[in-house]
Amino acid sequence: MLKALLARAHQGHRTMPYPAGEPPPMPDRFRGAPALDPAKCPDGCRSCADVCPTDAISGDGPLALDLGRCLFCTECVTACPEGAIAFTHDYRLATRRREDLVVRGQALPLADALEATLRRLFGRSLKLRVVSAGDCNACSADVNVLGTIGWDLGRFGIQYVASPRHADGLLITGPVTENMRLALQKTYDAVPPPKIVIAVGACAISGGPYAGHPEQHDGAASVLPVDLFIPGCPPHPLTILDGLLRLLGRLEEARRVP
Amino acid sequence: MTGTAGRTRNGRALALRDVPWLPPAAFREWIVRGVCDGGRRVAAYFGATREAAGDEAVEGVPLYAVLADDTNGRLFVARSTSDGATFESVVPEVAQAHLFEREIAEQYGIRFEGHPWLKPVRFHRSYRPGHDAWGRSWDAAIPPGVVDFFRVEGDEVHEVAVGPVHAGVIEPGHFRFQCHGEHVFHLEIALGYQHRGVERALMGGPTKRTMPYMETVAGDTTIGHALAYGHAVEALAGAPVSARAHAIRGIALELERLANHVGDLGALAGDVAYLPTASFCGRLRGDFLNMTAELCGSRFGRGLVRPGGVGFDLEPAHVERLESRLAVARTEVTEAVELLWDTPSVRERFERTGTISPDDAAAIGLVGPAARACGIPRDVRHDFPAGIYRFVHVPVMTAHAGDVNSRAYVRWLEIQQSIQFILKQLGGLPTKGRDATVGAMKPDALVVSLTEGWRGEICHVAMTDAAGRFSRYKITDPSFHNWLGLALALRSGQISDFPLCNKSFNLSYCGHDL
Repeated sequence: MLKALLARAHQGHRTMPYPAGEPPPMPDRFRGAPALDPAKCPDGCRSCADVCPTDAISGDGPLALDLGRCLFCTECVTACPEGAIAFTHDYRLATRRREDLVVRGQALPLADALEATLRRLFGRSLKLRVVSAGDCNACSADVNVLGTIGWDLGRFGIQYVASPRHADGLLITGPVTENMRLALQKTYDAVPPPKIVIAVGACAISGGPYAGHPEQHDGAASVLPVDLFIPGCPPHPLTILDGLLRLLGRLEEARRVP
Repeated sequence: MTGTAGRTRNGRALALRDVPWLPPAAFREWIVRGVCDGGRRVAAYFGATREAAGDEAVEGVPLYAVLADDTNGRLFVARSTSDGATFESVVPEVAQAHLFEREIAEQYGIRFEGHPWLKPVRFHRSYRPGHDAWGRSWDAAIPPGVVDFFRVEGDEVHEVAVGPVHAGVIEPGHFRFQCHGEHVFHLEIALGYQHRGVERALMGGPTKRTMPYMETVAGDTTIGHALAYGHAVEALAGAPVSARAHAIRGIALELERLANHVGDLGALAGDVAYLPTASFCGRLRGDFLNMTAELCGSRFGRGLVRPGGVGFDLEPAHVERLESRLAVARTEVTEAVELLWDTPSVRERFERTGTISPDDAAAIGLVGPAARACGIPRDVRHDFPAGIYRFVHVPVMTAHAGDVNSRAYVRWLEIQQSIQFILKQLGGLPTKGRDATVGAMKPDALVVSLTEGWRGEICHVAMTDAAGRFSRYKITDPSFHNWLGLALALRSGQISDFPLCNKSFNLSYCGHDL
């Protein structure tokens, strides 16, 4: 018992000050929001589009990158002869609409808060049922990590619950495999309305590397209405948390707290 | 069969013509005698298409088996052909082949005669249109988990069905317990919900998606699977990898082991309601993931391993930061984990729960910490060393009770070894070498590539066609061997022990479902 108390004293208080304070520093090789400079693209160059594993980059017309498909690998950066693509350290990536994830050099239209009625219902208490529908366990892991003491999701009133009947919505990872489609639909149906759906990771948004496979359905939006898209492969926990807090309109509120 | 035909080593390419064809009866005998008398075990057993055999004259469906001799570090490959409809099962003598034969049945529509338990594995159509091992109509839907489950009958015997959607943040699977009160007679596990069609998509590659497939076969084992793939391609293309790249890959593989082992110990503590270690380890796991992100920007090691070398080199500043963070993490993990061994209530729940006997472990071919917890000193890094492990030896850690406590304790021993290994590598990184250029892969060749992932042996078998493209790429995640171990661990246990047993194996659903 004494050892446990001593350990508690050594290990200390570890919950991060974010969002009232600074977010944890990102490693210097972290790949966040891409910065595109279409002006640098030589005419007819397809170097980046040709190497992109998920065809996230349009090969025709002006440079456009679909963050919903992007795996945040570095193939395009390496392939570009002109340095027209770079990944910044900006972890904020979540949007409310699928089409907003296609970037052409403009700022990403980050997720707005839920409309007033839903925000009043969920803003201070959001219970989510997490469904892995073919994810590789990386998105699951970084969704799960938000429950650990460093992130402490509970302090925002957000909690992962065991039963869909206790939930206000679903958080979905994975491309929605054919073998999980029915289970996902039943889980959704079991959530009492009004309810929301959050798609986390390239697979849940577009099928990721599995897009086009007949064994899956190219993401959650093919079977359910999605209210929040959080891109990444997998998204950093901070990216996920940022998305959830934006959806609940909690970010501005947190910043006002000294 | 005698002689050296089909004998190879980990990561050594073999011309397909040197893989012996055996008549079905001799092939079966070769597997049975190899496992029952020869001290070998089944590392892989799979079907291929006729085109993959590199021999147009082959009739029916070719079958390939890879047997591993752990003691001598040797691998043996042989092949045979089925008539395309049936083949004689080895399972009555070689239990560890049970899931491989079910997989071949499902993928290639071959019915294994004498298999006691021939059921689908992943619930998909076969790779050969019109051929189905269960005679299902080709157009019929194949609903997952709808299968003839083993049932215990009797007064007050009842069945408990769980999943595919579970209570926690966890991958989907379906579990059927045959119980009498809390007493579990039998647990059957039906998976396949995560099936994404990885192996089917790998044929004809490599393509620009091959590396992302490898990195997401089991996302918590990104480095392990990417490394097995890297070694396979490098062997087929004859590309030498620099000593420095080998060292960085080794650091990444051990960081992956550390993150998962530390996370597992925390989760085990959580499942017996010992919250101090659960909280501390939950956070510390993240520290190790962040160290991997220090290497390559991704907490799961995406982009680090590339055929020919590594996607990211280590600058002196990275080395310094990693060393200091690792030193802090070592102190904190030691304190957090040692609480477990000092707490009687934890020991009481860990010890004698979910016990697997060494004989059962050997018979079903357990790998990784689950095998080592039964006293089986089986570790690819030691038995079939490749890459950095040819030069730096990591001692094999074992425990002997085969229970949850042993599986936890082996993890703790391995955590200490991995930290030591990484510190040693960081202290003496070889000077920067040139990344190997990976050219065309040899045509009509086969390579077996083994890596010791944190769950155990990862086995990739790559075969090329006449154009040097993958005609077959077989992936065996350690979970494929170990899921039956979890089912056995529950026998005569209690349902309430299931979460604890499950966590003590912590197997991959997607790595199994592919």
